[in-house]
Amino acid sequence: MTEYAVRFLVGGALVSAFAMQGDILRPNSFAGLFGAAPSVALATLAIAVYRHGADYAVLQSQAMVAGAVALAVYGVVVCHLLVRAQLRAAPATLLSLVVWLIVAFGLLSLAGGQT
Amino acid sequence: MTPIRFSPSSLREGRWYEYVIRFALGGAATVFTGLVSSRYGASIGGLFLALPAIFCASATLIEKHEIRRKRQAGLDGGRRGRKAAALDAAGAALGALGMLAFAIVFWLTVESSIGAAFIGASLAWLIVSVAAWYLRRKMRLVRRARMSEKASGSAISRSRHD
Repeated sequence: MTEYAVRFLVGGALVSAFAMQGDILRPNSFAGLFGAAPSVALATLAIAVYRHGADYAVLQSQAMVAGAVALAVYGVVVCHLLVRAQLRAAPATLLSLVVWLIVAFGLLSLAGGQT
Repeated sequence: MTPIRFSPSSLREGRWYEYVIRFALGGAATVFTGLVSSRYGASIGGLFLALPAIFCASATLIEKHEIRRKRQAGLDGGRRGRKAAALDAAGAALGALGMLAFAIVFWLTVESSIGAAFIGASLAWLIVSVAAWYLRRKMRLVRRARMSEKASGSAISRSRHD
């Protein structure tokens, strides 16, 4: 239980810190870089190294490669849904999560990801 | 002149609950990743290190702020809000390349030095993200210059024919 409380506090603090960086930077396309900052990854990998050791963190960072490629595809899809399909930000970002899941799990299975 | 600038006044546009929501979402995403890792293993959990959960909230906030600003000026602001959120999404796509660099550097270095892995991976994220953004900006500027050159060239030839 304590581990999850620590996860929540560390993750929340790191995400807020990166997001606030994005808030104060302009132009918007540059600020968007901070929307894809590895804030959750920093918190999770730090806890993974502390709790399970470097081998476990290696497995997580290998899978993160697939997640990051999916994130790039996700960003492009959101951009098109907003500009071409003229959706609002909330439905565009939520609908595109399906694309993220398909690409991420597709790449992981192609790479023969172990669970 | 550098195209990147600070706008600290943007922080005043945010409401207190928006920051609380972002903190809670960040914390929840980190807890969720931990739960997935312990239930389904390190690989599946690792995928969720790049989950764009926070991005959904950020893009929605950016759109909302832009609409609010335009409405104060008596305009609808819907189109401007979408455009601002789309720019943020384009930035996130470039930032994902940085995240990819982060993951690769961390994966290759963590077994030799944990401290170096965190520092090296964070630097890789920053360098690759900023470089990708800068390259995209340069390419857009060159493309725009070519288009305006072409447009002015065809206008000159049209005036000669007239």
